[in-house]
Amino acid sequence: MSETQNLTVVQAVRDGLYTEMREDDDVLVLGQDVGKNGGVFRATEGLFDEFGGDRVVDTPLAESGIVGCAVGMAAMGLRPVPEIQFSGFMYPGFDQIVSHMARFRTRSRGRFNLPMTLRAPYGGGIRAPEHHSESKEAFYAHEAGLKVVIPSTPYDAKGLLAASIRDPDPVIFLEPKLIYRAFRDEVPEEPYTVPIGEAATRREGGDVALFTYGAMTRPTLEAAESLAEEGIDCEVVDLRTVSPLDREAIIEAFEKTGRAVVVHEAPKTGGLAAEITAIIQEEALLYQEAPVGRVTGFDVPYPLYALEDYYLPTAARIEEGIREAVEF
Amino acid sequence: MYEEVASSVSVFDRAYDDPVRVLDEDGEVVGDVPDLDDEELVGIYRHMRLARHFDARAVSLQRQGRMGTYPPLSGQEGAQVGSATALAEDDWIVPSYREHGAALVRGLPLKQTLLYWMGHEAGNATPKDVNVFPVAVPIASQVPHATGASWASELRGTDEVFLCYFGDGATSEGDFHEGVNFAGVFDTPTVFFCNNNQWAISVPRERQTRSATLAQKAEAYGIDGVQVDGMDPLAVYSVTEAAVEKARDPETDRPRPTLIEAVQYRFGAHTTADDPTVYRDNDEVERWKRKDPIPRLEAYLRSEGVLDDERVAEIETEVETRVAEAIEAAESEARPKPEEMFEHAYAELPPELERQYEEFAAFRETHGDAAFLEE
Repeated sequence: MSETQNLTVVQAVRDGLYTEMREDDDVLVLGQDVGKNGGVFRATEGLFDEFGGDRVVDTPLAESGIVGCAVGMAAMGLRPVPEIQFSGFMYPGFDQIVSHMARFRTRSRGRFNLPMTLRAPYGGGIRAPEHHSESKEAFYAHEAGLKVVIPSTPYDAKGLLAASIRDPDPVIFLEPKLIYRAFRDEVPEEPYTVPIGEAATRREGGDVALFTYGAMTRPTLEAAESLAEEGIDCEVVDLRTVSPLDREAIIEAFEKTGRAVVVHEAPKTGGLAAEITAIIQEEALLYQEAPVGRVTGFDVPYPLYALEDYYLPTAARIEEGIREAVEF
Repeated sequence: MYEEVASSVSVFDRAYDDPVRVLDEDGEVVGDVPDLDDEELVGIYRHMRLARHFDARAVSLQRQGRMGTYPPLSGQEGAQVGSATALAEDDWIVPSYREHGAALVRGLPLKQTLLYWMGHEAGNATPKDVNVFPVAVPIASQVPHATGASWASELRGTDEVFLCYFGDGATSEGDFHEGVNFAGVFDTPTVFFCNNNQWAISVPRERQTRSATLAQKAEAYGIDGVQVDGMDPLAVYSVTEAAVEKARDPETDRPRPTLIEAVQYRFGAHTTADDPTVYRDNDEVERWKRKDPIPRLEAYLRSEGVLDDERVAEIETEVETRVAEAIEAAESEARPKPEEMFEHAYAELPPELERQYEEFAAFRETHGDAAFLEE
């Protein structure tokens, strides 16, 4: 029986990095303030003392350089885990992500693969300055050659991070910072993986299927519990990976209920909810009892924090969306 | 031995606008001739002739519709061959998209270069024993890769050095700055080799920067910078060799990375898709053609008695045969199998991608290739 620790999401990320670095000398972390400072969210706390400056590297302040150097390292067989301090600052590295991270395997017909995991805290709700709250997972999900993983629990954070680091292909690992310290979970001390591309059913229910991921999993579950008191029985599916999506889990949950609501904090147009709706249309049209609802952020630039509570989906908005789907 | 090290290090102490030279435009010795034996000298000559002839045939293939857009290298053979020759067996090159000459020195089969420009991704799959990175098209984006890859070599304690090529235009890009800056900070075994061919498509070197030289940019990164006559293959060899040795030596008291500015000229177009007469004078081209690296080295080797008419004729025949064989091999290569698009996107096909492939394969099975291909 493996020992466990009671960890938050960010502590589980840190523990995942620690166990993978201990298991494999090729794993190294690089980014801004990840060394002595332990990361601005403490995701790399203590790693510098444990593994030294060659494997926990404070870099110059340059996102393209961080991603681009990690590409070069990974091409030579290391397993770099670059951190971008906030996902809102990934754009200077965007060319490296889409032109190189995503394409090296294809371009070289497999001679070079890139076993690298690009970590970044993402999403809103922490009263942060401009550019610190966006959810742009759809950009990366749209890019062939990448995988995009978003954990919502401490247990998954450690296991999915380990799976990402061990994956032979590049992974964008987005960490919902709203829930970095929101709750704790029992997390095994030993290394383990949670498979990429598999959704988790967080609540069983027969009336309507709710699909979500990341920080929105909690308000979605809250809405589900609240409506259970009114006799509406929701299934809640936490996708955990947004590329590749777990189509089977989506179809199975939908066929069970014939109704669905997708919840994400990213803007509506071109978001993952649209893709999930399309999957339902393609695979389970004849089960459909109601239009697929989307409860999402709005198609506006993410507001400064005085207004962010109006922007982010809340349990109340999600409940409303569920009622519309059920009462159609 | 010690004297040699001392003299190679001194290469980095000269003024940025004082290019290292070995041969003048007529092949007369004006500097220190590198310590190469006759066969090595002929090797440089042979590779330059091969690159030049390959280039001429490639442009012609494009004109005849037998190949897609192609970036010619004519005029730049001295820089490419001279630098790549200075590498040890285990060293690497990290090219942009014009370094076919450097790649052939490193052992990349000509057929692969042709295939790449004929639209076959397999052309970019450098063989396992050829230490050449795949072609990088977005300008300067390969610079941080070279830094990261050489950093990996440093972390693992191998003594591989990485030679990264890019053009004058690339020095204006952020990735040039970030890649070279990281190399300076982490003291990686990297040689940054700028093929300053004067033109970034139609934009002249002066429009890229107010800096008097590109070599001096090294100063800001705290690394060595040196200018070399990029159309003098022996000067390029000497400078690159000194930079490579310094990069390889963790005990060096100088910074390990170097920025080399190889001043040169592309005789032809940026790619076969543009017409250089629109943006530059023929007089300028003719002036630079007098510096052509091939006749220069040939004149020197003839004067040294290393080359004669017979040997030159042999090399010409050999070069023509090799290129002709490569073209024949590339043109007789079957169209790549469509499933390759899917196969190499990930180590394992994700289920949705498998579904897309099956749908595609079923459609192709029913309708045949006529549904996809013209004629």
